[in-house]
Amino acid sequence: MLRLPKFEIARPTSIDEVVALLSEHGDDAQIIAGGTDLVPNMKHELFTPKVVVSIADVPDIAGVRVESDGTLAIGAMTTLHDVASDERVRSIAPALGHATALISGPQLRRMGTLGGNVMLDTRCQWYNQTHFWRKSLGYCLKKDGTVCHVVQSGQKCVAAASNDSAPALMTLDATLVFHGTDGRRELPIDDLWRADGIYNKHVSGELLTEIRIPATPRGHRGAYEKLRDRDSIDFPLLGVAARVDWDDAGDRVARAEVCLVALQARPVRLKKVAELLVGKQRASAELDGAIEASAERAYKQCRPLPNIPGDHEYRHEMAPVFVRRALRACVRASENASDAAGV
Amino acid sequence: MAARDKHGVDAPWSAGFQVVGRPSRKIDGLAKAVGHAVYADDITLPGMLHTKFLRSPHPHAKIRSIDTSKALALDGVHAVITGECMPIKYGVIPWTPDENALATDKVRFIGDEVAAVAAIDEDTANAALELIDVDYEVLHAFLDPDEALTRQDPQIHEQSEANKKKRGHRGNVSKHVDLEFGDVDAALDAADVLIEDEYTFHGTTHAAIEPHCALAQASPDGLLTVWSSTQITHYVHRALARVLEIDASQIRVIQPCLGGAFGGKSDPFALEFVVAKLALLTGRPVKCLWTREEVFYAHRGRHPMQMRYRTGAKKDGRLTGVDAKILIDGGSYSSFGLVTTYYSGQLLTGPYDFPAYRFDSTRVFTNKPPCGPKRGHGSVQPRFAFEVQLDQVAEKLDLDPIEIRRINFQGENTQTVNGQRITSNGFMECLDEVERASRWKERRGKLPRGRGLGVAGSMYITGTNYPVYPNKLPQAGIQLQADRSGLVTVFTGGNDIGQGSNSIARAIVAEELGLDPMSVRVVAADTDLCPVDLGAYSSRVTFMVGNATIDAARKLRKLIVSAVAEAWEIEEKRVFMARGEVFDLESRNRRITTREAFHLAEERYDTLGTTGAYNTPTLGGDYRGGTIGASPAYSFTAHVVEASVDEETGRITVENCWIAHDCGRALNPMLVAGQMEGSAYMGIAEAVMEEHAVNRFGLHAGPSLLDYRIPTSVDTPELHALIVESLDPEGPYGAKEAGEGPLHPSIPAISNAVFDAVGIRLTHLPFTPGKVLAALRAQRSKNLATPVGTGGA
Repeated sequence: MLRLPKFEIARPTSIDEVVALLSEHGDDAQIIAGGTDLVPNMKHELFTPKVVVSIADVPDIAGVRVESDGTLAIGAMTTLHDVASDERVRSIAPALGHATALISGPQLRRMGTLGGNVMLDTRCQWYNQTHFWRKSLGYCLKKDGTVCHVVQSGQKCVAAASNDSAPALMTLDATLVFHGTDGRRELPIDDLWRADGIYNKHVSGELLTEIRIPATPRGHRGAYEKLRDRDSIDFPLLGVAARVDWDDAGDRVARAEVCLVALQARPVRLKKVAELLVGKQRASAELDGAIEASAERAYKQCRPLPNIPGDHEYRHEMAPVFVRRALRACVRASENASDAAGV
Repeated sequence: MAARDKHGVDAPWSAGFQVVGRPSRKIDGLAKAVGHAVYADDITLPGMLHTKFLRSPHPHAKIRSIDTSKALALDGVHAVITGECMPIKYGVIPWTPDENALATDKVRFIGDEVAAVAAIDEDTANAALELIDVDYEVLHAFLDPDEALTRQDPQIHEQSEANKKKRGHRGNVSKHVDLEFGDVDAALDAADVLIEDEYTFHGTTHAAIEPHCALAQASPDGLLTVWSSTQITHYVHRALARVLEIDASQIRVIQPCLGGAFGGKSDPFALEFVVAKLALLTGRPVKCLWTREEVFYAHRGRHPMQMRYRTGAKKDGRLTGVDAKILIDGGSYSSFGLVTTYYSGQLLTGPYDFPAYRFDSTRVFTNKPPCGPKRGHGSVQPRFAFEVQLDQVAEKLDLDPIEIRRINFQGENTQTVNGQRITSNGFMECLDEVERASRWKERRGKLPRGRGLGVAGSMYITGTNYPVYPNKLPQAGIQLQADRSGLVTVFTGGNDIGQGSNSIARAIVAEELGLDPMSVRVVAADTDLCPVDLGAYSSRVTFMVGNATIDAARKLRKLIVSAVAEAWEIEEKRVFMARGEVFDLESRNRRITTREAFHLAEERYDTLGTTGAYNTPTLGGDYRGGTIGASPAYSFTAHVVEASVDEETGRITVENCWIAHDCGRALNPMLVAGQMEGSAYMGIAEAVMEEHAVNRFGLHAGPSLLDYRIPTSVDTPELHALIVESLDPEGPYGAKEAGEGPLHPSIPAISNAVFDAVGIRLTHLPFTPGKVLAALRAQRSKNLATPVGTGGA
């Protein structure tokens, strides 16, 4: 099998120690939580950290709790399985429950963590390959090379954000708690991303410890629809998270959100797409029409590239279908229920 | 065919079958389930070194020079070798030796082996690879088979100028076969309907869970032992002797427990030669385990084919003739390609009667991983094309797709248009079974739009009478040893690759000698200990090793029965063996244990052992290539697939697959059902999911089990195995094959089910959602263009 490059493992027992190690080693350090993304990437020599900082022994960064104001706080080290099967998550943040239940397969969901999925590296068919393969190719813009093979003569890496949890968390207004040398800070998840496939985040050298989701109203509905070839294991070829909040009377759409992943370097929020639903009457032709219009608008706004494996034109065709399906799942859903089962 | 080769279909003793025909666990099932089984990579020897390969980064290049000095100087490196130390070419087909264990002058695909390092561990070996300098002269790479067909130079396998003068410029053609049986043009002219269409089959690979692994040890007195995850020990043995220039008697090849093969471990592979050579050079045991990526480069998977078929039929549905033209993308080496090219035409001539038939198949070399044999070798692709075309004929004639298959049934005890002898043939019963089980009559054509049923049939060989190298020796040999403990040990060269051949050998011996199967042990696939068997390919093992086992067991039984009869002073026919005992049929209280009977026989005849063998009868048409595809028995299969189509996403879901397979007699119905389900699974996977693709740079598009999508358990439909037993006159107790035939119909049956579901014909594999959507769009625009009232249903 493929060999792991040599590295040292550090096992800090507090957040402060982690921060100190990250500060000491800078780019030579890499955090390992569940390892389900990092280990294969290290085997492919995409990352060759000198120090791998395990956060397995850091206390109080795993687990789900609901705070007195209704905020859902999920420790970054909580496994995807524990997130997906948590009744509070499924009730307060159904889209996150759906999305995490569909990440990879059952074994890896018991190792992989929510924090790891949020911080997932971008993916590309020209990048997620062995060193021999990439060397034969002549490397690429994202790693070791100067040429993009997705957009020929492209100057910017377009590797795709591929984390199913990201769009779900975006519809839920999640904030992320990071710890760095300057202490603790909270960052709205939308502010995490930048449109650069080489590294699609604004944060580095800090430890993600918690994902916070503000209380959702009683009329909140959420859903996540994932396009993939197999019904297990695979990364998304397209992921659509949707949110529809009914007003207090339960009659009209008070708020709607649509966020997508596996298109470009950052997960995207289609604000204008979701807005079409606001104010529409429950179970009405105008709501159905608005959903159709949202789907059409999503098609116009999405431009999938041949970055991840598969037919990108097909992914484009599926954008409206999956937006429609996610929105319909929201408007059909009964109160705060999630019926997604992970496979 | 000698008398020893035909043993009848009946139970050996009058009480009927005791072991055969009953579902029983595999001989190694428990060991595998609990992790006790020893695979090649589980073997570790003292002082063992590890090998890694340097591979070509170019799809096509000349090697100007290789400098290994820096690698050799690295601490922990024991040897670095290149092609020049093994210049003799080999190939599994003796007429086309075009491979070197390591490249000698040029490389022909990205991943081709160039050099190898033996070092104290894998990391050191990998580090050494980085220190090898190779100077390449890059050549034009052929990635498109059409270009390889029309552009002669550069040649991927160069001919000498003298050879070109003598035999003509071959260009990049690997093999061309053009055979006609009857007057096809006249037959098609005489047809009432003629369907002509094009079909393509993409590349797929085996994806056995165990990667290839080999380990070699050279003893101080020069004996070489190689453990390898091969499915054909005998050919590896021969190839090692040839390439290493060592007498075969100095080489021992052992196949440990194997984690799947499916044809992908049939060729001799570079790692076997390399670990052997390095063991000889270093005096240390040397192991190599390929990574999954390397297994994708080794490939030998199913050949992509571009196929054009023309089929003519009379109004009543009877076929008049079939005409095929096929372009086969062989990848970079010959492998079994000569046979593949013949099989692409030779194996289509059943279960239907073709009055006239022609095929013109050309295999070309391209700069891609080499293709080879995969489950249903050479015939899965044409079967797909033809069975879809047959549905098109039925549609045009407004015939039920099952009915048109019945109308054209060739019958039992007949001969195909290309001269193959057909003995038992249970195809009609297969059709009946799938028709009944799928509730075809009530449901086909009547399900709501989006859901449909499709049928397809097929035939496949049960071994072939064409041994890979010409010889008159038996194709299968067996030795039995009866121990004083009452144990019988079977020594077989047959390769158990998970299909259960060792279990079959055990069952037959137990049946013949009236033993509990636990009193029979099997030693297999060790060239020092076991008589030659030609290996696990062409679905030959149950039939050939089974017959050889019956032969040996009956000889042993005769010794025991005669010794007991002599001791008891009774006629031999009164001696009966059952349940571990031997008794007198006319005086049942007179009984001894089989162990005691063995003692009597050993006293009478000395050490107890017998041999058995099997060879095929003379078969095949009287023309060049007429023996290729000639089999002592053919299996027959019919599938009905129930598929649903999501017209929004284009995604096909196979809901059910009914698999009726005529395997002669099911010696172990549990194993037969397992092979039927596994075959159908593999076919369905190839149809809707798998694709062994090479990108525009000549790189394998995704050499990993993440990117090469094989279905998971949740992607697998309900598979219903319906065993049909036609009892073949020459099979062991009437048995035929079950390991490859049941794959064939699943792919066309899906296409035909999709037609029933939504009215589109899928003729180009794989059936991706994108292609389904495109076909649905084309259907809609055609319907819009058709004036109301004239459109079809």
